[in-house]
Amino acid sequence: MNLHEYQAKELLKKYSVPVQEGIPVDNAGAAEEAYKQLKVQFGNNFAVVKAQIHAGGRGKGKIQGTEQRGVAVGKNAEDIKQIASNILGGTLVTIQTGPAGKKVNKVLIAQDVYYSGANPVKEFYLSVLLDRAKGQNVIMYSTEGGMDIEEVAHNTPDRIFKEHVHPGGGLQPFQARKIAFNLGLSGEAFKNCVKFVTNLYNAYVGLDCSMLEINPLFKTSDEKIIAVDCKMNLDDNALMRHPELEALRDISEEDPTEVEAGKYNLNFVKLDGNVGCMVNGAGLAMATMDMIKLSGGEPANFLDVGGTANATTVEAGFRIILKDPKVKAILINIFGGIVRCDRVAQGVIDAYKSIGDIRVPIIVRLQGTNAEEAQQLIAQSGLKVQSAILLSEAAALVNKAVS
Amino acid sequence: MAILVNKQSKIIVQGFTGTEGTFHATQMIEYGTQVVGGVTPGKGGNSHLERPVFNTVADAVKHTGANVSIIFVPPAFAADAIMEAAEAGIELVICITEGIPVQDMVKAKNYLLGKNTRLIGPNCPGVITAGECKVGIMPGFVFKKGKIGIVSKSGTLTYEAADQVAKAGLGISTAVGIGGDPIIGTPTKEAVELLMNDPATEGIVMIGEIGGSMEADAARWIKDNNRKPVVGFIAGQTAPPGRRMGHAGAIIGGADDTAAAKMKIMAECGITVVQTPAEIGSTMAKVLKK
Repeated sequence: MNLHEYQAKELLKKYSVPVQEGIPVDNAGAAEEAYKQLKVQFGNNFAVVKAQIHAGGRGKGKIQGTEQRGVAVGKNAEDIKQIASNILGGTLVTIQTGPAGKKVNKVLIAQDVYYSGANPVKEFYLSVLLDRAKGQNVIMYSTEGGMDIEEVAHNTPDRIFKEHVHPGGGLQPFQARKIAFNLGLSGEAFKNCVKFVTNLYNAYVGLDCSMLEINPLFKTSDEKIIAVDCKMNLDDNALMRHPELEALRDISEEDPTEVEAGKYNLNFVKLDGNVGCMVNGAGLAMATMDMIKLSGGEPANFLDVGGTANATTVEAGFRIILKDPKVKAILINIFGGIVRCDRVAQGVIDAYKSIGDIRVPIIVRLQGTNAEEAQQLIAQSGLKVQSAILLSEAAALVNKAVS
Repeated sequence: MAILVNKQSKIIVQGFTGTEGTFHATQMIEYGTQVVGGVTPGKGGNSHLERPVFNTVADAVKHTGANVSIIFVPPAFAADAIMEAAEAGIELVICITEGIPVQDMVKAKNYLLGKNTRLIGPNCPGVITAGECKVGIMPGFVFKKGKIGIVSKSGTLTYEAADQVAKAGLGISTAVGIGGDPIIGTPTKEAVELLMNDPATEGIVMIGEIGGSMEADAARWIKDNNRKPVVGFIAGQTAPPGRRMGHAGAIIGGADDTAAAKMKIMAECGITVVQTPAEIGSTMAKVLKK
């Protein structure tokens, strides 16, 4: 599950991780009020308006049809109000959102961290994530902050450091010190960085994050270390032990058909193609998508109906796939192991009859337990359903349907 | 011969008396697997499916001599079950459970270091040695006895491959479902290595999917140690980056864990890579004839 920047920062503060302070608002009037409050609190005329969407690249992205960037600095209340009203309700298109962009419902009015002081400011990069190959958490950090880290990794790999954390002992003080040294810090900033890294790692583990990225990690002119931006992904499998985090889910950020599929416990991902598919098992579902592409179609979705492909799940699957007007055909691919193919076939027939008028060809490939009986059932049903047993036969039928 | 499990393997079921445990234990017994008992904390002393139930894995091992365990306990308790089995000296732990928090698996994987326990899974269909022993949830009849080994991250795709291999006139020695989670006990390379060293296996089907670097690691190992033909497939050529495709581990994070990148490395390392799962069986038959 993804979180918004403002939500992630609130959670970090609970773990004593210093952040760029801010107030989330959903209208321009509230943005002005938030600015005034920050001005009193920090005695600074400048503030930043940051669009809250589940995608990166906001600073370079623009609100559709305008020149307004997704992150912008304002120098007075009027300015902030104007920027907020430009952004709110608009659709922000960034390198990560794709051309469709994402609607902005909230902006974060945040303190300006570039205030003047005794020392120069500095930007770093720091993230905590899982090293799958080692089976350990790793802290990845760099002196090059505020930029696209993949680019840094590609162009200057020597400026990226990794610190693996032992799963038994956890992050040790010497490791936190090593990170602060490698970032070139000394004095107060060094001490603050050690605390920051230690607390951030505790937050990562305590909240069951699957990824926690601070970019930029910022040293202020008065030697504070703070998180200016934060990208936090939570491990879906661990939400069961954090019911309070489940409440932070923003379904307006998710595809509505995916949200509906979730209600039926269907594992669904919306794609852009013209052949819908319904499959049991995630690996076979991905392989079926690949096969659709090789047959001349484009997969319209990923859908794993799991171990119980019955009339109810099949009908829900049909209805969700058919919401997409681009779908020209639907392929159902079930390998019946424990689940019997004739039962699945009956489920398909019942679901078809229950929906009534399905205007696209349905191709059903049932293989495994009772596959022949299943094919007979479908042949006798009188419905416009084509059936196949071999995967290659199903591929040929898909090809015919799209060409 | 074959690998990991055989007629002599003595299996206990952790989460024995639950719905899943009961259903699949029954299926395993029907297949001929030596299920010698089970563990459900608090139900020790009872009998279930005509076999003894124990409170702890240690008790079960002491009284039955079990050396293999299969885990059906719910996600929140599964990592604990893995560690308990390892502590009791179980040699092979097969964890079927899907949805274990990844930080729990970080702990469990570390706990197993230095112990004489191999973990298969989690989030896997299990292991089957055709005609001898089924420790998993796969449909046994699909796995006709033969000389092809399968290593796969996915359940139904494994059944699909086994079925095609059988229809191509070949059969299965041992099929290992290694699991679709980001952290698993036995990576692709280790499972391939076991099959490469198994006299009963003449060819290997290796099925992977997007995410992680396990298939590339296995491919590099195969390049240096290849003695048997390997047919490979990676699911998810059409998967978009950054989206989790069902399995918790099936997510494209960077350029190296796309299906295309993995297939390229596999081909460069001498694996016969098929573009569609429909060709797994026929391709294996072809490369074996060479």
